[in-house]
Amino acid sequence: MASGSASATIRASNDLAVTALAGDWRLDDALPRFEPLLVAALAAEASSARTIRTVGFDATALGTWDSSLLIFLRQSQSYSESQHYAFDTTGLPERITQLLGLANAVPERVIEPPAAPPSRVAQIGLAGIAAWDSIVAGVTFLGEVVQGFFRLFTGQVPMQWRAFWVVVQANGSGALPIVTLIALLVGVIIAFLGAVVLQRFGAGYYVSYLVGYGMLREMGALMTGIIIAGRTGAGFAAELGSMKITEELDAYATLGISPVDHLVLPRMLGLFVMMPLLVIYADLVGVLGGLFVAVVQIDLSTTQFFIGMLSVVELSDALLGLFKATVYGAIVGFAGCMHGLRTGSDASAVGRSATSAVVLGITLIIVANAVIDWLAALWKI
Amino acid sequence: MEDLTPPVEVKNLTMQYESLVVMKDLTFTVNRGEVFVIMGGSGSGKSTLLKHLIGLKQSPPGAVRITGEDLSTADPAARKKVLRRIGVLYQNGALWSGLTLAENVALPLSELSELPEAAIAEVVALKLALVGLHGYGEFYPSQISGGMRKRAALARAIALDPDVLFFDEPSSGLDPISASRLDDLIIAIAASFGTTIVVVTHDLASIFRIADRAIFLDISKRTMTALGDPAELRDSPPNDEVRRFLTRDSGTSQEHLKSTP
Repeated sequence: MASGSASATIRASNDLAVTALAGDWRLDDALPRFEPLLVAALAAEASSARTIRTVGFDATALGTWDSSLLIFLRQSQSYSESQHYAFDTTGLPERITQLLGLANAVPERVIEPPAAPPSRVAQIGLAGIAAWDSIVAGVTFLGEVVQGFFRLFTGQVPMQWRAFWVVVQANGSGALPIVTLIALLVGVIIAFLGAVVLQRFGAGYYVSYLVGYGMLREMGALMTGIIIAGRTGAGFAAELGSMKITEELDAYATLGISPVDHLVLPRMLGLFVMMPLLVIYADLVGVLGGLFVAVVQIDLSTTQFFIGMLSVVELSDALLGLFKATVYGAIVGFAGCMHGLRTGSDASAVGRSATSAVVLGITLIIVANAVIDWLAALWKI
Repeated sequence: MEDLTPPVEVKNLTMQYESLVVMKDLTFTVNRGEVFVIMGGSGSGKSTLLKHLIGLKQSPPGAVRITGEDLSTADPAARKKVLRRIGVLYQNGALWSGLTLAENVALPLSELSELPEAAIAEVVALKLALVGLHGYGEFYPSQISGGMRKRAALARAIALDPDVLFFDEPSSGLDPISASRLDDLIIAIAASFGTTIVVVTHDLASIFRIADRAIFLDISKRTMTALGDPAELRDSPPNDEVRRFLTRDSGTSQEHLKSTP
């Protein structure tokens, strides 16, 4: 067997240029290029330069080879074609000509080139249409859900209790640790904020007002809503999205069973029930966090703290928080289920749905919070 | 009284994805009680055609009729009536993963029939036994093998004794033994219940085994180019594409590879 590094030498005589291939051809080594070799060979043999017709090969000294040789041969082939030389492969081993044949095979189907990207103006228009479509889809889904609840409450369809209890469990004991942690810290943060600001005016005592108002009216419901949007809303979207990919949703459709009745209603009802309960718990924990800071930082007694808090915070404040909780629960369930059912069919679609569900859920929660606060201020609740 | 409406009737159906026409001029009628195969290469729109047939994709009015009814224009009540008479076996079974096998089979019965609870349990036991899954009712889909999952899905598809059964690539992802077992079941159901069966597949062994008639979707011509008994189509192919499909011929012969490029 020949050895040594890859080499190719071209000898031109009359109308034939024979490329002698020798040595071991490896992709790791520096490889000869065909065109400069041929140009050099023709320069040395000036008489052949005009008469050359055919490019041939002599592989008698060829050692081992890999794709590097094929690359060289394809270079020589395309150069020969561009110069209208005949490309004679009879001097090459059969295994190589077979691979060249495979590489030269024409794809059976002509691929249509992808359409050119639309112009800037068209992109704006398309984005507008897409936004409008998603609004229409949202309103349509809302309508379907309302119709579904109507069917459920008039007894036309049975309640799917199992799915309901799964949601209740996931958002009950399952959500308690994270809600505890966040609510406690939010209570602590509000109290610190109050302590820092109010103590400057010697009004540290009023920190209990701030904690009570802050947790019960706003932060308890808001933080729980955001936690549940990230936890459960994303979970709903991923769950329903996977069902779309595994054709489980199609299986409902071809039985004429509404996925809203079977999948969406129990999930939304589960959140509807659990959100207020979670918020009551979050309110309590948050107030305890605030109490801790008040006792440690401002030397208030527990009694002073609660007397102060209860002298201004009313039941209506807590009820407003609970009202918000039910609204947020509905929002999270709605956003999660809608994006889950609208999932595309590729693998990354489930992830996108879950993300969209969380983004939409949190956005709508904040908007709803602002609207409710504004109305509450208007009606002096 | 004998019902003479063909179970599946397709007239000049054009399938398109946005503005791109995938298949056009599809016209065929499936006869009562036969096993009808839709065959074609990957990307030829076989599964899309199935979606048109079972009403998951909107078809032009009048193009697709299932048991005489056009699902694209039917009102909800009529639509429900048709859906009650068809069964679908999806590619990977599509069993509802949150329900046990028994509950999967029971759901169509409890939703679409007036059967009392006890009768439903009996039907479920029978259907699971028919597909060889006696005693597996309390298992969840994730706890059984792919072949068993498909058979459980078949039990769900035949829960309501449908007039027409649709199969999407029944042998995909199955070993040869499981695949042929599913073929046996298809033949047995067609023969015993007189169910009309429409199968989308490109599995040649399965095609020759089960099909009474088949259509071939040719992706290069964007329409159907053959209709008939697959064995006859193989022996006297109407065109080269059908011959190559049915004889598993890639078109790149050894001769071609050796010849000087």
